[in-house]
Amino acid sequence: MKKTSIVNYVVILLLVFAGILFAEIAPPEEGGVLPDVILSLPDEPVHQKYLGITENKKAFHISEIDAEILLIEIFSMYCPYCQKDAPAVNELYDKIAQDGNLKDKIKLIGIGAGNSPFEVDFFRNTYKIQFPLFADGDFSIHKRLGEVRTPFFIGVKIKKDGTHNIFYTKQGAIEDAPKFLSLILDKAGI
Amino acid sequence: MKKRFRTSLIFLILFVTSGYAFGMSEAFKNNIFNPGQLKPVDSILKVKVGDKAPDFALPSLSGDKISLGQFKGEKNVVISFVPAAWTPVCSDQWPGYNLAKVIFDKNDAVLLGITVDNIPTLYAWTNQMGKLWFPVLSDFWPHGNAASMFGVLRSDGVTERALFIIDKSGILRYAHVSDINKRPDLKDLVTALEKLNNK
Repeated sequence: MKKTSIVNYVVILLLVFAGILFAEIAPPEEGGVLPDVILSLPDEPVHQKYLGITENKKAFHISEIDAEILLIEIFSMYCPYCQKDAPAVNELYDKIAQDGNLKDKIKLIGIGAGNSPFEVDFFRNTYKIQFPLFADGDFSIHKRLGEVRTPFFIGVKIKKDGTHNIFYTKQGAIEDAPKFLSLILDKAGI
Repeated sequence: MKKRFRTSLIFLILFVTSGYAFGMSEAFKNNIFNPGQLKPVDSILKVKVGDKAPDFALPSLSGDKISLGQFKGEKNVVISFVPAAWTPVCSDQWPGYNLAKVIFDKNDAVLLGITVDNIPTLYAWTNQMGKLWFPVLSDFWPHGNAASMFGVLRSDGVTERALFIIDKSGILRYAHVSDINKRPDLKDLVTALEKLNNK
């Protein structure tokens, strides 16, 4: 094989490889599944207990969370709409936590797109957020979730066999917590 | 052939490294121009920590002219130069500082946000961020004059993404020029402010 042909072959292979690795990923869609996202175990025991991840794990898959319904908020402390919507999301958490029938079934987590652990903590402390928030400082999770605009909400049904499916997605603020919760319950069939 | 290989490789590297997704808030939906990956730093600082900070007076969104000197003896000053309105990283950075007012208050500091955009552009852009508690200044004319005094005016006429802290006696205590493509971690600024306050 000529040297030039080998070079051509290598270039094409590299471009195909890059295309596969870095192709634009579609945002999560209803009826679909989440990409295999791995999160670090939160430091706070109360959050470990909330998630049902109490083993000595450093990291876990989202589908390991002990919930029937998982609501994921993709947020950023730098996003004005996320800041404005934080009280409504807190109200949503409170409504679920105060309902004996729902509190073990529905769990909330937040993923801070492009936010360092310090920035996530700052957002948590500013709004006194009770549910677990995770830092995604290098946007690696955000990229896997299709680089959605913030805030973005994903409703996931987790089955007992560990499989899951997305039953709801929402771009933008929830604004009205009671209305949002009713919609989630309706969509999830609870 | 070597040239083609090199070109393809450069393309590949640029493609792979252009993965930061700033400016993704719904607040700016469809209004952000993405300039792509830029040269991380394109100027040479003209000031160093320990120097007397160069004074400037610039028009602000409120209509008042604001100078660095007016805070002397009163407040520590944080200056945030961001490159341009309606671009990805810049559109994120100030809303974060808006949320972090308590940190500035705690450290007896004011924040001055500066770009080389004109006042009408800054008005429209910052309106998308909600109500900002800090003054936003325009270094539009003479173009980039204040940025140039600090050595943060890039060769294409926008500024670096730079943070400066000036203490109450007018001395520069912190100077940080970030990679223009990335947002600096809030932690670094907070650490610098707390260090200044503990002296």
